[in-house]
Order: sequence, then C-alpha cells, then structure tokens
Amino acid sequence: MKIFVCVKQVPDAKDVRLDPKTNTLAREGVQSIMNPYDRHALEEAVRLKEQHGGTVTVISMGPPQAEATLREAISCGADEMALVSDRAFAGADTWATTYTLSMAIKKLGGADLIICGKQAIDGDTAQVGPGLAERMGMPYLTCVRKVVSVAGQVIRLERMMDDGYDLVEAELPMLFTVVKEINEPRIPSLKGKMKAKKQELVMLSAADIGADPDLLGLKGSPTQVVNVFPPEMRGERCLLEGTADEQVAQLATKLEAIL
Amino acid sequence: MLKIDLDTCIGCGVCEANCAFAAITMEDGQPVVNEKCTLCGSCVDNCEVDAMVIERETKVNQVDLVAWSGVWVFAEYRNGRITPVTMELLGAGRGLADTRGVKLAAVLFGSELGDTAKDLVAHGADTVYVADDPAFAHFTDDAYGNVLTDLIREHQPEIVLAGATAIGRSVIPRVATILGAGLTADCTDLAIRKEDGALLQTRPAFGGNIMATIVCPDTRPQMATVRPLVMTPRAADDTRQGEIITVTPLAMRMQSRVKVIESVIAESEQANITESEIVVAGGRGLDGEKGFQLVKDLADAMGGAVGASRAAVDSGWVGYPHQVGQTGKTVAPKLYVAAGISGAIQHVIGMQSAETIVAINKDPHAPIFDVATYGLVGDVFEILPKLTAKLNERKG
Amino acid sequence: MDYFLSEEQEMIVDVARQITDEMIIPQRAELDEKEEFPDAILQTIAQADLFGLYIPEEYGGFGGGCFDMVLALEQFGRGCVGIATAFAANALGAYPMLIAGSDELKQKYLPEIASGKKYAAFALTEANAGSDASGIQTTAELDGDHWVLNGTKQWITNAGEANIYTVIAITDRAKGPRGATMFVVEDTDEGFSYGAKEKKLGIRASSTRELIFKDCRIPKDRMIGRQGTGFITIMRTLDQSRPGIAALGLGLGQGALDEAVTYAKQRVQFDKPIISFQAVQHILADMAIQLEASRALVYATARNVDTHKTGVSKIASMCKVMATDMAMKVTTDAVQVLAGYGYMREYPVEKMMRDAKILQIYEGTNQIQRNVIGQELNKEYGKK
Repeated sequence: MKIFVCVKQVPDAKDVRLDPKTNTLAREGVQSIMNPYDRHALEEAVRLKEQHGGTVTVISMGPPQAEATLREAISCGADEMALVSDRAFAGADTWATTYTLSMAIKKLGGADLIICGKQAIDGDTAQVGPGLAERMGMPYLTCVRKVVSVAGQVIRLERMMDDGYDLVEAELPMLFTVVKEINEPRIPSLKGKMKAKKQELVMLSAADIGADPDLLGLKGSPTQVVNVFPPEMRGERCLLEGTADEQVAQLATKLEAIL
Repeated sequence: MLKIDLDTCIGCGVCEANCAFAAITMEDGQPVVNEKCTLCGSCVDNCEVDAMVIERETKVNQVDLVAWSGVWVFAEYRNGRITPVTMELLGAGRGLADTRGVKLAAVLFGSELGDTAKDLVAHGADTVYVADDPAFAHFTDDAYGNVLTDLIREHQPEIVLAGATAIGRSVIPRVATILGAGLTADCTDLAIRKEDGALLQTRPAFGGNIMATIVCPDTRPQMATVRPLVMTPRAADDTRQGEIITVTPLAMRMQSRVKVIESVIAESEQANITESEIVVAGGRGLDGEKGFQLVKDLADAMGGAVGASRAAVDSGWVGYPHQVGQTGKTVAPKLYVAAGISGAIQHVIGMQSAETIVAINKDPHAPIFDVATYGLVGDVFEILPKLTAKLNERKG
Repeated sequence: MDYFLSEEQEMIVDVARQITDEMIIPQRAELDEKEEFPDAILQTIAQADLFGLYIPEEYGGFGGGCFDMVLALEQFGRGCVGIATAFAANALGAYPMLIAGSDELKQKYLPEIASGKKYAAFALTEANAGSDASGIQTTAELDGDHWVLNGTKQWITNAGEANIYTVIAITDRAKGPRGATMFVVEDTDEGFSYGAKEKKLGIRASSTRELIFKDCRIPKDRMIGRQGTGFITIMRTLDQSRPGIAALGLGLGQGALDEAVTYAKQRVQFDKPIISFQAVQHILADMAIQLEASRALVYATARNVDTHKTGVSKIASMCKVMATDMAMKVTTDAVQVLAGYGYMREYPVEKMMRDAKILQIYEGTNQIQRNVIGQELNKEYGKK
C-alpha cells in the first residue's frame, strides 16, 4: 500500500498574537511545529504500514524551512519525503494548494491512500483534505476517528458527526482526514532520527510537477485576505468581593433571575 | 506578485514591522520578500514612499460576475430534523440578500422531508429547492456534493452559505473545488462590501488569536461555511410565501463511492451543550477527575450541561463532546460558568456570546475575568461546593 | 556549558528529552502517588530504541556506552528518578551478562531486554548483606544438570515486574570472595517467588520487593561466567552503573534548579519577584555551581569508563558521591526557595527531595563509595 501523508509546518498557534496597536503579529518566540493533527495522520499511516505493509511518503507544500518538519516525520516512521516548494506558490489558498499537492502526488506516482490531519491550526480551514481528494478523483471521509479494518482494497472507518458517528466503507484509492482521538502519536526513535538525518529530500518545483502557472499561488487562489485584526473582547470584569461565602451569596442572588 | 521599487525604497523597515506573516526581512537595508507572503497588502498600505505594489494578474477561472445572482443556503437535514444552524444561515442570508437586492434560496436534501421546505420559507427563504430521495437518507460527500454542484451551475447564485458543521465542512470544500470557487471556512461575520457588492467573510485564524476578513474578487459563487450559534435566526413567519421547487436529480449523480453502513447517534455523547441554556464548564484548575466532579455537581444543581476547556478534555477528565472553544463547540447559553478556566482566547471564542458569564479562578489576573459578567476570585475547590450547596438550599 | 556532544549523542538527548517532557513529567505525580510501575513509559522508551542503548548491536541493541546511558538517564532523572530507576534497573540487570556471560546467554536474553519485551533486574542485597557483600546467605548448589538456589534477596528494584533476574549466590563458602557466582533466574522458574511490595519514602513509581528462592532449580547453563567470579562481575557492573546513578543525580538537580528559578521569577513578595533578592539569588547560584561541577565530573568519568573499561572504580565512585550529594542538597534548596509551596505536593520539588535521598544510598552508600576511593588512593600511593 502506497500511503501519502500531507503535513504542514505551522507556527505554534497558541503563541501567536496580534498586537492591537500596530496590528502586527507578535512572532517573537513563536516556534514552527508540525501541525498537530498531521502528527496523528502520520501515526495512523505508519501503523497501517506496520500492519499491512507498504510505504509512507510525507509531502509538504511550503518554504524550504519545512524540510525540518518532513525530517521529523521520517524520525516518526515515514519512509520517504517530498517538499513542494517554489516562489510561485506564494499566496496560495486551499484551492491552489490542493491543485499543487495533487500535481506533486501524481508526479510521484500517485497513492493508494492519502491521510491528512483534519485541519491545520494556523488556518483552521479543514478544506485541503476534501479538495485534494476531489482533484485526485478519490472518494474521501473527513474527521475519521478510527480505522476499523482494511481488507484488500476495502477500508472501513468511523467518521465523527456532530451527533455521533458513521460507520462507513470505501474502496482504495481514497483519502481520509483524522481527528486527534484516532491515536496517540509516537515519539521519534533514535534509529528514526538517524534515518531522518540521512534521508534524501525530494524537492519539487512548480516546473517539476508540470503545474499550470495560472493555477498556482495567489493567481490560482479565489480567496484573498483583505484585513487582519485582533478579536474583540467583551470587557465587563466585575469582580465580586469578600470571602468565599460572601462571594457565593452575592452570586446566588444575582443569578436568581436567570435560574 | 509583490514588487518593491528599490530606487524609491528608503529602507525604513516599516514594511517588515507591519507584516503579519513575517514575510519581509530587511537585508542590507533592503526589504526581501520570502515565501510566507500572502499578498495581503498591509506593507503596501503602510509604505510611506509608495515603493511597494502588488501586481494582480487576471485569473484563468475568472467568471462573468454579473451573471451570478442570489444568495443560497445549504439546509442541513439530519435524523429527521433540520439543524438549528440552517435557520441561523437563513437569518444571515436574508440580510445579505436584502442588501444586494436579490432573492434568498435554500437547498434541501434528504429522505422523507415532509413539510420541512415550508419551514425554511417561514424562516426567510424565497425559494426552496428540494430533492427528496432515499439516496439522501445518509449523508455522503458524493451524492450531496454532486447534486449541489449541479444546482449551483444551473442557477448561478452569487453567494452559497452552509453551516460549519461536520457535514458542511466536509462536503462544501468538494463543491468549491469542482466549481473553482473561493471558500472561506468557519465564518463568524458576513457583510456586503459597499463599493462592489462583494461578500466580506470574517473568520478566526491562528486558533482564534487573529481575525481575518476574506473576499473572493474574481470567482462565483462566493462560498462560506458559517459557525453555528453566531448568526441570529428570524422568528418563523408561517404567512410568508415562497416557491418550493422539487428537484429530481439523475440517479447516477446520487451514487456514492462511500457506503454508510451505520449511523450511530451517540447517546452518551449527546451532552448537547450547544442547546442547553446553562453550561457549567471546568478547566485545568480542577486538577483531576475528582475535581471535575465538582463542576458536574454544580451543573446538576443548576440544571445545566457540562462544558470543558481543552485542557480538561485533553487530560481525559471529560469527553470531547463537552469541549468548548476553537477546537470544540461554540455555545451561546443564557448562563455560562467557567470554573478553573484561565480564559485563553481559544476557549473564550467558543463562549463569549453567552448572555451572562460567571468566572471562578484563583488568579485575579486570569483573562477569563475580562469577559466575565461576575468574577469570583478564589479556590474552586472551596467555592464550587459552596455554590452548589447554596443553590440546592434555595431550591429547597 | 558545551560538552561537545557528537551528533549521535545530541540525538540521544533529544529523544530522551522528548520522552521526559511529554510522558514522564505529566505522569510522574500520579505514578508516585499511586506507587504504580511505569510500564507504558518504559514501552515508549523501548519503542524509541533507548532500552538497548548500552547493548551491542549484535544483540539487538544500539551499541552505545556508559556516556550514552548517562545522557539518557540525566534526562529521565530530570523528569522522575522513580521512573528513571525502573528503567536503569534493567541495565543493572543486564550488565553482568554483558560483562561476563557466555555468547549463548547473551543471545538468549539480551535481544529481549534491548527491545523492551522483557524487563531485567539485579539482585545482590540481602538482609545481612548490603554494603558488606560477604554476608550473602543465598546459596546455589549443583545437582546434576541444575543449580538449586535457596535464600532471600531484599529491596530488589523491578522485582515482580522483571522477567529476567541476575542473582549472586554463594557456591563455595570456604573460598570467601572467590566463592560467589552469578546466575540468571527467570520469573517463571519453579521455587521462585516475591515478597510484599515495599512502601518507600521516594522513587515510588519503581517497584521494590524481595526475591524468595526455595529450592529454585535452574539449568546449569544459567551461570554467568565461571564459577567463583561473582564478586568480580559485580564490581565491574557497578563501575559501569555508578556514573548512571550519578546521571540521575544530575537530572534531578537540573529539574530542581529549573523549578526553583522559574518559581523565583514568578513569585512576588514585597512588590518584587523574589529572584531579585540576593538571599534567593545566592541559593540559586550555589545550586547552579554544584550542578555544573558535578556534570563536568560525571561526563568526564563516563567518557573514561568507555575508553578504559578497567581501573575506573575510583572515578566511578567519585562521580556517584559528588552528583548524588549535590542532588540531595540542590533539591533541599529548591524546596526552601519554594518555601510553603515547595512543601506541598502541588509542586514537584517535595517529590524531588524525597527521591534524592535514595541516590545517596543505593548501588553502594556514599560512605562505601568513599571507602572505595580511599582504598584506591592507598593503592595508588603504595605503588609510588
């Protein structure tokens, strides 16, 4: 089974803040990490490989620095890695991104299974998985919480819904995106780290993947960011005073109308 | 591309300081643009000597914008009922349609739909396209996506809205990809830009730390998924008149490559915190399953649902269906009690629309107090049992 | 300070650090409280290839040495000395086979230890034989193709959890120090059982129990090395392992310093963070000085052990004494810096202080270490 895992290097979102005065991103000390959902996608891919054989290729579209994230993926059990990187990709939204990724995966010989994280924590769009599947002509499932079985070409999965879950069945080749509940990602092994050090990185440019330049980057992106600003907060800040008992009594009185 | 006229540039570095994406670095006194550039234009606006310009090239997928008209809402029907977010979308869509002077339509797929379409009219739709077929009994991305795509191609609406639900966020990206349409996920605000009538779609990014406004200048339809419980539904008006159009899709368009074997409604997970008027939530400060029980006790005393911050869910004290916030659910109850929750933006974004917010935390500087209607500074282990006892005592 | 680690050593530190930060630190308080053996964490360590760090590649290990183990143990010790002890006890159990075992014995047991499929333990101490090993009363008698063991080992780390035990027993009392021999006992061997689990001051995540041998018959080929070489094997084992115990002290000291400095920067009294007071600064400075001096000695010793193999008893003992006495002092100081909070279980430093004490006691008390150092000095100067 030839498995591809899409990974993205993202800023650690919990550290990202917008300075309300200058409207600039406070990026001091913000670390680049592998998108947390992608770690679960990778773990699931490596487990499937361990059980059913095959190879796991991690692929990322991003700047040259994303190589570090790909090497980390190798240390966690991936076999091969490819970085799709070109200035022409700048400004890509999910529409252009799925086009680029699909061209790259096709260039690398296609996949039996593609696994993505549910979403990336910087954009939170959750659109790359479904979009990529469509471009690959594959069926897909989002928010998978469990791989129930793989028998030949038939894969059974549990997909999370808002009110429970669906047990579903699809045939390979297909794509699914995962939620964190699906597994506990492993910590890189020593041998994995050594392999990651030596592993050859396949670099793919826009020309290498035979992409139509009009469909890349900003040019190929239907959406445009026109403004960024910090979220508004409600500002009430009414602290009750006194001992715990006094505060509780005040609150109980104030809540009488609601309860 | 972002072009910089280095002859004009004075090397002041304002562009570097203003770039929200760290895409510009000053090297030898000159700005250098890297791959992170999203062409947002912030540097262009801030350049005092007009040395920067963004050259936008015509896109291949540009469409004749005028040919697309009307606002559509994808009506989500599941387990025999219309989802609440559908009515919220109709409320928001009605406003957008009126501003644009166009019609508001709903698209409804399902099996044995009964009078649901009338309900959508009552909530603001002018037209409802209904496809009632056993093929839609279970949700599949293929059947729902194919038929929605076909209808959009045929009728060419300028705006398509769907709920940012499990279903909406799964199928809508597929439709947008096929149509070459711009799609903005999980919007919390929608508005029409006066100058050109474009849809301004605002959404949180970076886990809610930043808000971004997005437009789709050259493509149609403009598609957006909208976070539940953010928009306001209109009161049902049963006298409203609307056109209900039955759609009969081709069988092959309703085929799915994915088979739903079983749809399980998880009883225990039906902690439906989004529908409860009172939510009592606990966080890291509860320090364990035992501590979290205090939150459950208070919820019982108040007759409310139990919510939790991500920290509490990640620690395994309570299941994911209870999680409130950016990566969990958005709630807008009458009363929200946050106990032992520091109030990181990722959590606040999911509960700040609550009418009354009570925060209990030992740290008086905790950000949760900034959004609290009433703040209690103290030990949750002391205050929660006292509050529970007090309420039980008043109930008699 | 830069200790000029190789790329490989940096990787060992990285892997061990990640396990410590992501698994050990979040779980340490609960495992300590419940006195629960850290099986899942040990399996993570194994999956990350660190279980066989010191075992040669031909036996399924990574082929590292004493210094590699020191680097890993320092990280684990920073998180929890109890969990780190449960891990380190495997190495202690395996070393006698590595040092003196036949190739067959190594082939049979080391790959399973290297992969973490089986746990190992080392059994020397008895009720009347701690520092004075000549008091050993457990015996092994040859009966045809079998050795028959009788006796009770006390305070054995990993007892009840391990599958493979390296045990010293007297095979010929008349021969004195040359009359002891080491054996491998498996958990399934007949006549082998465990005593009750001990209740301890610290390192509560590790298991400590008695091993009870009642006519325990084991095949002849379970003997480690030649008959009568037991004490020599033990001395050489301890030369290897003492820098490891020292490394636990380093990690523990580092963990305590980290907690103390972080707290001192946050805690405000008299309108200032307490780190701005010299009285606090001096405590922290002394902690840092002792820690770094210990680290320099431990690292240098471990590198010597890897290069020279023999004649390292003195420096092995020296680094064990210095780093573990340091850990006791530094953890005590950390509790002092955190003061009331430090004494409460809500903060990790009280556990660190409880854990530190065992480091001065096990694998030879620090008084015994000083004996070793003194005797070595006597020998050295006698030669001159």
